Parts: sequence; structure tokens; C-alpha cells
Amino acid sequence: MPEYRWPEIGTTSLIGKRINRVDGPEKVTGRAKYTYDLKRPGMLYGKMLRCPHAHARILSIDTSEAEKLSGVAAVHIVQEPGTEIQWAGDDVVAVAAVTEQITEDAIRRIKVEYEKLPHLVREEDLAKAGDRVKPFTEQVTGDPDQAFQAADTVVVEGEYGLPVVTHCCLEVHGQVAEWEGDRVTIYPSIQGVERVAGQYAQALGVPASNVRTLMQYVGGGFGSKVAADRWGTACAQLAKKAGKPVRLMLERKEDQEVAGNRPSDFARIKLAATRDGTITAWQSESWGTGGPGGGGSPPIPYIWQIPNQRKIHSAIATNCGPARAWRAPNHPQACYLTMCPIDDLAAKLNMDPLDLVVKNVSLLGPRAELYRQELAKAAELMEWKKNWHPRGDRSPGPMKRGMGLSLHTWGGGGHSSECQVSIHPDGSVEVSLCTQDIGTGTRTVLTIVTAETLGLPVEAIRLNIGDNRLPPSGNSGGSTTVGGVSSSTRRAALNALEQLFLTVAPSLGVSPEQLEAVGGQIRVKGDPTKSLSWKQATAKLGVASIKEMGKQPGPQPNPGELTSSGVGGVQMADVSVDVETGVVKVNKIVAVQDCGLIIDMKTAESQVYGALIMGICYSLMEERVMDQLTGRMLNANMEFYKLAGLADIGELVVHMWTDPEQQRRGVIGLGEPPVISPGAVIANAVASAIGVRVPYLPLTPPRVLAALEKGGMV
Amino acid sequence: MKAFEYAAPSTKEQAVALLGDRWEEAAILAGGTDLLSCMKDNLMAPSRVVDIKGLRDLGGIEYNPQSGLRLGALVTFEQLREHPQVLSRYPGIVQAVEGVTSAQIRNRGSVGGDLNQRPRCWYYRNGFGLLAKDEQGRSLVVDGENRYHAILGNEGPAYFVNPSSLAPVLIALGARVRLFGPKGGRELPLEKFFTIPKTDSEHENVLQPNEILTEVLIPAGSWQTATYEVRQKEALDWPLAAASVALKLGGAQVQEARVVLGHVAPIPWRVPEAEKILTRKTITEEIAMEAGKAAVGQARPLSQNGYKVQLARVAVKRALLRAVQGGA
Repeated sequence: MPEYRWPEIGTTSLIGKRINRVDGPEKVTGRAKYTYDLKRPGMLYGKMLRCPHAHARILSIDTSEAEKLSGVAAVHIVQEPGTEIQWAGDDVVAVAAVTEQITEDAIRRIKVEYEKLPHLVREEDLAKAGDRVKPFTEQVTGDPDQAFQAADTVVVEGEYGLPVVTHCCLEVHGQVAEWEGDRVTIYPSIQGVERVAGQYAQALGVPASNVRTLMQYVGGGFGSKVAADRWGTACAQLAKKAGKPVRLMLERKEDQEVAGNRPSDFARIKLAATRDGTITAWQSESWGTGGPGGGGSPPIPYIWQIPNQRKIHSAIATNCGPARAWRAPNHPQACYLTMCPIDDLAAKLNMDPLDLVVKNVSLLGPRAELYRQELAKAAELMEWKKNWHPRGDRSPGPMKRGMGLSLHTWGGGGHSSECQVSIHPDGSVEVSLCTQDIGTGTRTVLTIVTAETLGLPVEAIRLNIGDNRLPPSGNSGGSTTVGGVSSSTRRAALNALEQLFLTVAPSLGVSPEQLEAVGGQIRVKGDPTKSLSWKQATAKLGVASIKEMGKQPGPQPNPGELTSSGVGGVQMADVSVDVETGVVKVNKIVAVQDCGLIIDMKTAESQVYGALIMGICYSLMEERVMDQLTGRMLNANMEFYKLAGLADIGELVVHMWTDPEQQRRGVIGLGEPPVISPGAVIANAVASAIGVRVPYLPLTPPRVLAALEKGGMV
Repeated sequence: MKAFEYAAPSTKEQAVALLGDRWEEAAILAGGTDLLSCMKDNLMAPSRVVDIKGLRDLGGIEYNPQSGLRLGALVTFEQLREHPQVLSRYPGIVQAVEGVTSAQIRNRGSVGGDLNQRPRCWYYRNGFGLLAKDEQGRSLVVDGENRYHAILGNEGPAYFVNPSSLAPVLIALGARVRLFGPKGGRELPLEKFFTIPKTDSEHENVLQPNEILTEVLIPAGSWQTATYEVRQKEALDWPLAAASVALKLGGAQVQEARVVLGHVAPIPWRVPEAEKILTRKTITEEIAMEAGKAAVGQARPLSQNGYKVQLARVAVKRALLRAVQGGA
């Protein structure tokens, strides 16, 4: 059995280099077909009639007029009369017809009677939430009362918050369903091609063996695309009834209202330090909503092991579309709610926040030393010490500049994964596993791992993913994909190579252990004159291909394994604020990030760039605007649900931490961690620029102007 | 979207004959940047769509030092931005065009469409009607989400803001519009084109269902113009407040001033109070700020849009300074 390790540092020809995304040309030329692009023969268009009320009971449904309409092929009632609807936009009746227009016309002909029930769609004011508040148990660590009252203690108090934001996947949720007898093929837009098949089997009442799921490309998921969803099974039901393939993709408005969001969090926070800047105590009363279920509690204080704490969280059940995992669930909220008070504490102590963080670095646990080094690197890239000023830019003119910082962590250990590597007698190589590339670069990484292991160029590798008949490799969520699939692929490729060595060793007159695969050759270690080209070597297989499995059990506890868990990073932002208009512009963000062994430097950096862009959006622009009077989301579009464009981004500086110790940790996921800190760094930079805290994200002109006015700054 | 009949006339007489006496009968299609989204969102369901892009005499930009500038209704934002005389003589128009930071919309969107587009009020766009009322007839805006709504001319029942990018600067330049209907043409100042609806059946301007806006005429005159928009984003975004100014200068002194606010009222909002302050003054930071204050003197913000008063004030100040510093 080969030894399952990554190549020695400094010996790789592909791993860790900057390699272009292998499916880049397909994507930019439009050859890559997404679910939205699929047109199956005879395909019908499905749509959903949705409840217009935030809270209501369905009294009756009359679909007769819709069914009479020419071109309508199937009508499927998703929620029957008597059902209590908990959010506006929830599925009621699905329709399929020969064109989208006819489907819409049919939907308008369906008559549904509702009994309207009282709703709550706003949660930022805890006092107005009434019986929708579900308090959690208070948690106390140490002696917070004593710590807050101790002599020589400096205390800051404030209210901070982040609203609900949505995922805004470029491709909306949806799928195509196609039956052949009692077998169904689903083409989903999903983060888990393998796992979703079982959900369809269960919902449709067919054997799991009858469900095939296929997907090559997905236009973003960010955590919101891991389930078959009610509209997915409805789509399959319509296809069954109509006897034809049906495509049901959500409209953007629907996607915004019902297909997931990131929970809000608001908190009243008290933080204390001794006068020399040693953080001693934390107190928080927090609340937020994840929709009708209320939602979970943010992990605050984030990453800091503050000795004395008192905290209580309340979940608020609202009549809004339910939350789903949103890139690093709970972390961006917890980070913001922690790093903003720490920044305010630094201001009150008249300290540079960098100095305060470094002074308390021991509260960061086992990662403290790495954080200290990353802080130093980020400070160097931002020229922090040269550019930092106490709160409030005193320079003349309306444009004020400031800087902020934050830290974050994430797990990212690889999930279990199975992979098959085949080496064919003609020299071609296939890698097969049921994973998916959700835009993170998984295809590229797997190709690199196989090519590196077999000593071949990336072009020589054919990769098969996105089909539930391939070896199981789990959902892409929690940044667990890259660690898992790169490890199983490495194992499978090493196993396959071992078989090839066994075959060709006799012809080179050596034992298999003396062989290596380098530069398109199988050669004897230490004697390059004794070699076979890859094709000469594989020709010796005769007619039988090598097919070897690699099984990665999941995250491993020890360094030196193929994957481990736990990453961190430091970010700093430099912003300008127009104090006459309240408009905030990001000048620059520095991101220093560790994530173990990096397979492809280019796609790794891309993950960080993307996260920073997403971070700028949720810091400055994004918020779901719910209207309490109508119970509806008013900005369920891409017009008033604002996202940044290129000109709004500023300079992004990404520094991946790649010391030998990191490389020995194996491959760890990266998709989530860099999106955690932007809210805190941008908000802290704004406070530094204008001299007052803008307590709530997004940092919009009205909020910035209100903070300036409250702070007596205008 | 309701199925509709598509008509592509080649003369304005034919076009007008294809329009109806009621709004539901027909809609005019030019660039389609607003109409098509309104139809897809089921805000409008015309039985017939009359495509006027084939009407030759609705195109073209003509400049003449004696008669001024004529803009055909079908002139696109991008054509305005590329026209040599518009570029050199009307920076305030170019600045307004450049506020539309979408190449697609600049290439498709027309002058006539910009003046006739429907408000962006999110209650209206979500199907709650132009005057956004609940079942009891109460305004949804006043007690609801009104951060982007009007701070001026908002006595009700209309609280939306006029979305036009070009109207403020065109009004500042004294533009007139020509309308064509079954009984022939009529001409009126652009300032009189816009109205504040009082009932659900009224629109935001005087155009009748069977009329077409055919051209915009800007009289000759030497005006320094500028537009300043306060936008949250650089990428495509509606201004939170905007101001266009036109100044007739004698040396450094203002002989005549026109100040028009955008995105703050149901109509483009001309502010004689600010204009008065500027007359016979030299524009300085202080005078510009004073004019800005006067411009919002009558503002009555709603529950969430008080900040727009400050933004409108700043927009006026910055437009004035831009007009004397940068203008051609």
C-alpha cells in the first residue's frame, strides 16, 4: 500500500503553482451549460403560484380555469387547503405549460382563498416582537459582575447589528426533471449532486436506484442549494403528470423571498478591559431571526476567550422566508458583533486597535501565535502604523479616511470522499467521483492533484463529476469539499500508480518501489536513463485498464495527514467617507489567510477575492427590506437589493500564508473564512474615519449621516 | 405577461392611430428598458405595443447657435454622450447621462423614454399601485418604508419620486417638449409636462394615452450647466438625490440661475428660492451652500427620508461649484 502523503515541499511541478481554472474557457464562451440553459426534447416550463400573504391559512384552491387553458400540461397542488402558510411567497400550486407565458397566464387563473393571519416581518426592534421572542438560556462564565465593577476598569457599551441578507446566486434555484417509466433524471442547480438524489427518491416515493442526478455547472450556491426543495419535487411531480420533461427555475423575485437568507443579529454589548488594555469581561443581549423557526445563536464573543462573560440570546420567529446556511454560517455576524466593540474599546482606551488586539493575543487560544504573525503581515501590507490615526480624520474637506481590522477562523477539514482513478492502456487517465464544482475551482484542483501524482500535464486528465452514479463524495458545504476530494483523489491516483509500477517494473529490471512518475515518464529513481514514456508504460497493461479507488475517511487529527481542520485570517480595510453625503468607498482591503496546503494558488486567491467582494456588498449595500404593513419584501430584485459593481470594490490585496508548517497540515477548505471579517473591518474603518460608530450594517448614507449627527460631528 | 399585439408603424400619424383612448389599450415601445420590465412584472398589460423605433423624424440631434438644441425622442443616452456639441456646450446633460452607469441602458434608453418612465417606488413596482394604498385607502408609504421617497411635493397621495435622469437639466435649460396626437402637435415647457397625480387614474405627466412625445427643444443661450447626483453606488443605481443647475454668467457674476432637483419629489423640482439667492452673486462655496439650504427650505421629510434633505442640499452646492469650475 502506498504512503498517503502530499509531495515534499519544493518538489511539486503543479501543486501550489498558479494554474488557470480548467473550465474557464467553457464558462466564458458560454459552452458550459447550466441548469438554466438546459432544453430537453419536448420540455415544458413550470412555475409556482405563491402565497401573497406573510401569514395565512389556505381556505380553498380552484385550479379549473387554469387547467382549461390551452397549452397547460399539468397542475399540481403543493400545499392543500387547511395549510397555514408562514411566509409570503411560499409554494401553493405548481403549473407546467408549453411556454413560460402560458404558465404565467394559467397561474393567474387559479383562485385561492386565504384567511389572513397576523404577521411579524421585522425583528430589529426587540420590544415590538412580543410573543415571537424565544429566549435561550442565559450563559455565564467566570464572574462578569465583579469584572465590570473592578477598579481601573474601562467599559464600553453599544448596540450593533446586521440585517438579513440573501444569497443572490447568479443562477437562481431550480431544476429540470425528466421521467422514463418509473425512473427519473433530475438536473438540479445544487451543491450536492449525490445527496439530493436520496431526497428526491424519498419525496417522490421511488426507489433510490431510480433517481439519477446530473449537473456539470452551477451558478453559485453559497450554502443555499443543498436540498431538493418543495419546488424541486413539485417540478418532478409536474413532469410525471405531463409525461414530459419540465424545467422549473425560480424568478429572481422568488429566489430573493423564499430560497434562503442569512439570519440577522442585533446585540446590546458591554465590554470591559483594565486601563492597560487587558480584556476582562463581556456581556451581551442578542437577538435575530432566521425566519419562522426563529434561528440559532451567534457564537459570541467570537474567537476571544474572554474570562468573564454573561450572554443571552433570543430567537425571533418572523413570517419571512427561512434562513439557510450562508457562507460561513453565523461567523460574519459573530465577528461583527465582537470586533466592533473591541474597536470601540480601543478608541475609549486611546489605543491603536492593532496594539489592543496584539496585547490580548493570548485570549485567541492555540492559534494566537499565527494570528500575531498574520497581523504583522497585514499591517505591513496596509502600512498600518504609518497610516493609522486616532478616531476621526481631522484633515480638511468632506472626505475622511480611516482603517479597521478584524480576525476570523473556520474549520474546513475535508469530508469523506471516494474517488476512482482509471489508467487506460492507451495512456488516458480518468478521475471519477460524485462531487461538484460550485465555482470554487474543484475541477481544477482535482485535475492538478491527479496530474501531479502521475507526473502528467493537467491536459492529460479527464475528470468526471456531477453524476450520482459516480463514487460518493458528499455535499459542497462548510468548505469541506477541497480537503475531502483532493485527498481521495490523491489516494486513488497513488493506488493506480502503484498498480502501474507493478506492471512495468519487470521491464525496467527494478522493483516497483524504485520507480517514480515524473515529467510524463515512469523512471527509475536516481537513474533517469532507465525510463519509459507514459504511453510506453501504459501500453504494457495489455487490454485491462487499472481502476483504483481512494477513500478519504474525513478530517484527520494529526498534521502530516492529507487534510486537517482549522484556518484563520486577518483583514484590514482602508475606506473614505464623504461626511456630507454619508457615502462610503472602500479604498483597499488586505486579506492575509492561512488554509493549509494550497493546491492551486490562483483559484485559492480567487476564493478570497470573491469573499471580499461579497463582504463589501453586505457591509455597504445589502439588506432585505421587509414591509411590516404588507408583509412583503420590497426589494426582491437586483435594483433596490443593492450589490457592488466593479467600480465599488477598490484595491484588494490577498496574501496566502504558505509557510512549511501550513503545508504540512494538508489541504483545508477556504471558501468560507475570508467572507467573515469584511463587515467588521469596513465598519471599524468607517468609525476610524468619521470618529463615531455607525452601529448597523449596511453602512448606508442615512445611517452614516445619522451617526454623524448623533455624534455631534455635523 | 398578457399576450399583446405588436405594431411597428413608420409614421407618427400611423403610430397615433394605433394608440387608444385608454392606457390599457396600447403602450409605446422605444428602448424598452422600462416598459418591458413593467409588462413582465404585470404592472402594465397593454393589448397592443406600438414600437416607434421606425419613426425616422423622432431621431437625431441638431445643434444650431441661433435656434439651440433639438433632440428627437428616440435619441439614446449614448448618442447624447457622444455628440460633439452636447459634449462641449452641455456638460450638465453629459453628467446626467453618465449617472446612468450601465452601457446597456445608455445604448437602449431614449430621451423620450427617460422623460416618460414610470416611478421606481417599490410599492408601485410590487403591484400596490402608483399611489400605494392599502385596502382601506391609507397610504402604505407614510407609515411604511419610505427611505427613497419624496421630501418635497409630498402632500400626498403621491409620495414617489420622479426617476428621470435628464429632466432636471433639461428644465434648467428651459427645454420645451413637443407632443403629437390625433389632433396634431402641441408644444409646452418641459417643466409643465410633469404633474403630481391626485387620483389613481392620473399619470405623472400630461401625455394622453393617444399621444407621443416626439422631441425636446432647448432654446439657444449661453448657459453654464452641471448635474450632481448623490448615489450610494458607482455601479448602476438610482440617485438618492440629484441637482442640475444652469447659470447665465456676466463675467463671474450670475445674471440668471435655474436650479432643479431630481429624485426628491413626484416631479422634477425647480427651486426659485435657490435661484433668487444666486442672482447677481459670484458662486463661492458659501453662496453655493446657501443656495443648497434654500433649495430644501420647504422640504417635509417622511419618517425615514430626512437624510435626503441633506443630500439634496449637498447636490445643489456641488452642482453649482461644478458649473463654475468645470463647465464649458
